[in-house]
Amino acid sequence: MATAEVATHHDDTRHHDEGFVKKYLWSTDHKIICFQYMITGIAMALIGGFFAYAFRMQLAFPGMEVPLWGVVTPGDYNALVTNHGTIMIFWVAMPVLIAAFGNYLIPLMIGCDDMVFPKINRLSYQIFLLSALVLISSFFVEGGAFAGAWTAYPPLSSTAEYSLTPLGSSIWLIAVALEFIAFLLGGINFITTAMNSRAPGMKLYDVPVIVWFIVIASLLFMASVGPLVAGAIMLLFDQNLGTGFFDPTRGGDPVLWQHLFWFFGHPEVYVVLLPAIGISAEIITVFARKKLFAYRTVLNTAIATGVLSFTVWAHHQFVSGIDPRMAHVFTISTLLISVPIAEMVFVYIATLYGGSITLNTPMLWALAFIGEFLIGGVTGIFLGASGSDIYFHDTYFVLAHFHYTFFPIAIIGTFAGITYWWPKMTGKMMNDTLGKIHFWGTIIPFNFIFIPLFVLGLAGQHRRIYNYENFPDLALDWMFDLRIMATVALLVMIAFQVVFFVNVFVSLRNGKKAGNNPWKANTLEWVAPSPPGHGNFEELPTVYRGPYEYSHPDREEDYWPQNEPA
Amino acid sequence: MRPIANTRSAAGIPTGRLAVWWVLASEIVIFGGILASYIMFRLSHGIWADYAANTNTMIGATNTFVLLTSSLAAVAAHAAAERGDGKLAARRLVYTILGGGIFLCIKSYEWYTEITHGFTISANGFWAFYYTAAGVHASHVIAGMILMAFVAKDAAKNAELHRVELVGIYWHFVDVVWIFLFPLLYIAK
Repeated sequence: MATAEVATHHDDTRHHDEGFVKKYLWSTDHKIICFQYMITGIAMALIGGFFAYAFRMQLAFPGMEVPLWGVVTPGDYNALVTNHGTIMIFWVAMPVLIAAFGNYLIPLMIGCDDMVFPKINRLSYQIFLLSALVLISSFFVEGGAFAGAWTAYPPLSSTAEYSLTPLGSSIWLIAVALEFIAFLLGGINFITTAMNSRAPGMKLYDVPVIVWFIVIASLLFMASVGPLVAGAIMLLFDQNLGTGFFDPTRGGDPVLWQHLFWFFGHPEVYVVLLPAIGISAEIITVFARKKLFAYRTVLNTAIATGVLSFTVWAHHQFVSGIDPRMAHVFTISTLLISVPIAEMVFVYIATLYGGSITLNTPMLWALAFIGEFLIGGVTGIFLGASGSDIYFHDTYFVLAHFHYTFFPIAIIGTFAGITYWWPKMTGKMMNDTLGKIHFWGTIIPFNFIFIPLFVLGLAGQHRRIYNYENFPDLALDWMFDLRIMATVALLVMIAFQVVFFVNVFVSLRNGKKAGNNPWKANTLEWVAPSPPGHGNFEELPTVYRGPYEYSHPDREEDYWPQNEPA
Repeated sequence: MRPIANTRSAAGIPTGRLAVWWVLASEIVIFGGILASYIMFRLSHGIWADYAANTNTMIGATNTFVLLTSSLAAVAAHAAAERGDGKLAARRLVYTILGGGIFLCIKSYEWYTEITHGFTISANGFWAFYYTAAGVHASHVIAGMILMAFVAKDAAKNAELHRVELVGIYWHFVDVVWIFLFPLLYIAK
């Protein structure tokens, strides 16, 4: 069977020389589409990071002329924070973690040559690219970009006289809607591929955790985004056709938007978390040379997280006037979701326990992911409980909390994945020393940005204020010192990203050749050549065992590739 | 040449059918969002019953009949495709497309009379939902007609016959959505 497959496979004319456009811009190869998503996502991260720099400068040094931007006006400030949030979640975390890693890893790790629908895959990237261009275009229209915060709460976002950026608001909504369509197409491709195209012999419990997690994340996305698509249609009509879905003066209800938004918005956290935590799982088991502890339990906890994530959304509405009895229910369900997540963390610690650990760059990122995310998770308890949330709501405590969850996910998780799979993606090793400099230069400043913000939040500093000099209680010297500390740390962190790009270019030009399996890992992507050609494998693999057979007592080698017959 | 990925079937279900069901699952939650919002509002605004009294149940019922009949043609097309008779399948798909066209014509006439009577999308909450829900549904009808035209074109040449079933599944879904919309917008007064 396998040989027959390979025969047809090698007749395939697509493997022969193709022009640049066909090969890199109009490709249906899942790996090229991964790079397209990755590069677009990183480019958007630079834009989103630049926005953060501009508004943090304003917060630390109010009224100052910010280099490369100029004076940040109140209107600018709102547009910057709004689009920083939107970009970082929808145009960085989603494309890089789900789309890029999903595209690269799913076919390679399940041992097949491509996605089941390569053309739909390409289409999904093209729609995504269009959505990014539409979003960026909103900065150049009359009135400027959308400035109603990334949650777009009506009536501010829906009523013309409140929304100072009517055109920008509509363009923002259209961009978000296009982006959702792109990820629905991509997600359906991922789920179907993982369901149907697994290598011969690969049972469900032989599938690596990261593939499972990306599939579960795609399912979560698919099941949660619909209500927000419906909400986006309604909001667009409110803005442009004079309906009043979210306008109390016309019989609507602004809280309806909050329900529709957060029914998606909170599962979205787990949509991006699962791939990142899955990347950590792969790295930890390889560099501890130990079997991943309780593989099946990890899958079950991921599914439990997914199910529970649909029952927590109203914890965003504890101060929106919801029924206190409902607040009880949502407090309990919110606190409950920390159980499966904590279980994953314990599983990772158990995997590390007694392992022979290599502390190289990918492993450092994976461990930092666990550590930093833990702070995000623990501070979430205060916000999930309705009683304390009434005090913390809309302060910088919230802001610091979700950055301690999203930064590990979007940035640490991404760097863990890139540094780990880099040898496979490019055929070259990265420089470990440069990698470690970049790692410490990112992690230390990150904590110096957001720990001060926890303190400021506890002192009552409210979100979405442009200039704290106007509020005597918040204009104390020590508070300004902390704001300056956070801003300086951000500048340091941005500066250290240069090391990463240097490492990338040095590795591509002069990097050591990686070979097929530099980390001595078991999963199938390491069987393919580095980098894999169009069609991935020289001979399509057959699977004989699970993905985490490290340090098996009966074997001389401390790893046992999935495709190696017993 | 197709990728190997495309020809494997580890789950035992053809890949195309699997994907269509996932598409429908994602569509269900989109319509679910609109309908759940509508039902919540409808329950808390008694006056909407009076607004709903202005919809024309006869027209709605006729359209339900037209749409269900078009689905019958889609089933017949599937049966023909199963037997390998692509020509007949294509002809029957054209009947389905015609059914969708008649549905849209009746809908246009209905909306025209309602709008000329002042029941526009911005009149009040009920009409906002009425036009939004039916409008999103109508856009799915149009999309289905376009897809079916492509499938019929191939089927007439006896190519890609399995797609007749897939587009049929989609069309039945569009039907089912209407089955929810009809009582909610027309009958519950």
